[in-house]
Amino acid sequence: MATSEIKPDPQLEKRIDPATGEYRVVAPGETFKSVTEKIAGLVLTPHTPMGWFAIFSVAGAGATLLLVAVTWLFLMGTGIWAITQPVAWGFAIINFVWWIGIGHAGTLISAILLLFKQGWRNSISRFAEAMTIFAVVCAGLFPVIHTGRPWLAYWMLPLPYTMNVWPQFRSPLMWDVFAVSTYATISVVFWYIGMVPDLATFRDRSKSKLGQYFYGLISLGWRGSVRHWMRYETAALLLSGLATPLVLSVHTVISFDFAVAVLPGWHTTIFPPYFVAGAIYSGFAMVLTLAIPLRKFYHLEHLVTERHIDNMGKVMLATGFIVAYGYGMEAFMAWYSASHWEAFMFWNRVFGPMGWAYWVLITCNLAIPLTTLWSRKLRTNIGYMFFISIVVNTGMWFERFVIIVTSLYRDFLPSAWGTYRATKWDYMTFVGTLGLFTFLFMLFVRFLPMIPMNEVKLLLPGAKIKPKSTVEAGD
Amino acid sequence: MPAREGTYGLLAEFDTPSDLVRAARQARIDGWRRLDCYTPYPVEEAAEAIGFHRNRVPLVTLVGGLMGLVAMFLLEVWVSVWAYPLNIAGRPLYSWPAFIVPAYEWTILFAGLSAGFGMLALNGLPALYHPLFNAPNFRDGATNDKFFLCLEALDPKFDLLETRAYLASFEPVSVVEVAY
Repeated sequence: MATSEIKPDPQLEKRIDPATGEYRVVAPGETFKSVTEKIAGLVLTPHTPMGWFAIFSVAGAGATLLLVAVTWLFLMGTGIWAITQPVAWGFAIINFVWWIGIGHAGTLISAILLLFKQGWRNSISRFAEAMTIFAVVCAGLFPVIHTGRPWLAYWMLPLPYTMNVWPQFRSPLMWDVFAVSTYATISVVFWYIGMVPDLATFRDRSKSKLGQYFYGLISLGWRGSVRHWMRYETAALLLSGLATPLVLSVHTVISFDFAVAVLPGWHTTIFPPYFVAGAIYSGFAMVLTLAIPLRKFYHLEHLVTERHIDNMGKVMLATGFIVAYGYGMEAFMAWYSASHWEAFMFWNRVFGPMGWAYWVLITCNLAIPLTTLWSRKLRTNIGYMFFISIVVNTGMWFERFVIIVTSLYRDFLPSAWGTYRATKWDYMTFVGTLGLFTFLFMLFVRFLPMIPMNEVKLLLPGAKIKPKSTVEAGD
Repeated sequence: MPAREGTYGLLAEFDTPSDLVRAARQARIDGWRRLDCYTPYPVEEAAEAIGFHRNRVPLVTLVGGLMGLVAMFLLEVWVSVWAYPLNIAGRPLYSWPAFIVPAYEWTILFAGLSAGFGMLALNGLPALYHPLFNAPNFRDGATNDKFFLCLEALDPKFDLLETRAYLASFEPVSVVEVAY
């Protein structure tokens, strides 16, 4: 087949690196000063765009919805949700797993890609980390409110209180407490430490007294000494080295919640890698969902380039295929195990009364993305990638739904079968966390550096040390 | 820190990291020991040039990680074997494989906190005051697009006039005196 001749477009040519034939990570013409002015200017301006207020109020309304739903839940108990026997884990756990999974891409970008020296990650790492933290906030909410008596949530911690009761460390649910709390803490530390030098830039450039005071306090007196920088770099590298096994362990431990149970559909050894791959898949989709509007509305096309969108598409393609392998193995093992229960579970999952959910997930996770993400033309088509990101996020939510609900609602005894239909409170809580997530993210883009200035500066040609230098600054 | 008076040092400003690295390297060769560079992003070559090769952040992290590991594992054993023994399906009280996961998480938790806060502590941060911020051009450039070399007054070689002339030989953008 003859390949179609691509007409040379001078606008496009400039954005492609002749050495590699790939899109540039940072568009040409950026200097140290222009990067500082661009990113600091977004935050330190007294003029907040109207669009920001619009999204902020919609997100705030969503967060209020969550408050209403949770208040009613605390007054009435978990009976207002659809959970009952046999489906005792409904939306709360689906949303928990989905949100935690979304968080994983942030850590992957900030930690794993740093260890692999993937320089292109630098400009997207900060808001991906912010996404992680806000996703973990939303996720962490669900198990706590799912306990029914959230004021007793501290019972999950090994604390010496008067009843002399201690946690049961052999349960995966206890492991979850430690995995998720460690993940949240380390993500916040990593994010904050990474932000300190950029906050120092804000402190030095802020015109308002309040801004100088606020950024002065949280930048901890950072002054950019190279001795400090070297310790900072060591700490960043070590934190990445620690966050990498951590992030892999978090979704692994969450998958143990299922895999350790004896229920067909849950009791499989493929769950840990399959959950982690799915987490990264949905997480990258969420990074795209956030990055594409951000780069458009804040005119960050020079810093978040087609290269980033393209690379994220490639990561999604790879993790998508791992997920596809997981689905395939599930079907294979249902047959190969020769277990009656496994075979029935799989048949019921695909063709049972809730089979539609399975086909939604196959369409959204496999059929649409895995056939089209091969094409670079589509991977660098911003509108298409935004569409794909929404599709994959939907698909991954349905994956969690299918795993939890279709395994539970028809187990061993037909007399114990039931069904599951979410109530309006379930939907309100879920939509509410979407609102809370967006609300926190909007606050982040308004008040904190959404792109790490110091890391982007490292990528500029001016940062190269030349033995006898006569070049211009930041050239 | 007791209040000090006088000069903290002389601060030379450069436009490019290459100029800074060359000046710092030369100053180190010429016997300067109380000197530091200030850059808007990590410049490894500058740290090498002033003879700063190793730091103790990895050691702090290792110690923190081991503390987390030991603390959690002992807590689990104490809780499960002595404080609150639970017989669940006849499994042994000391079921160490199940204890690995929380112990592993706490290893990472303690190591990560040690890396982050240890780095800050070794850097002497948070610091509410530093004399360098008195330099008029420092705040404008050090966190933006300029590169600074500071020769400190505590160095025995320091002499206000001679050092100023010495720094001027590197052709910096400016040399300013930093007061305490």
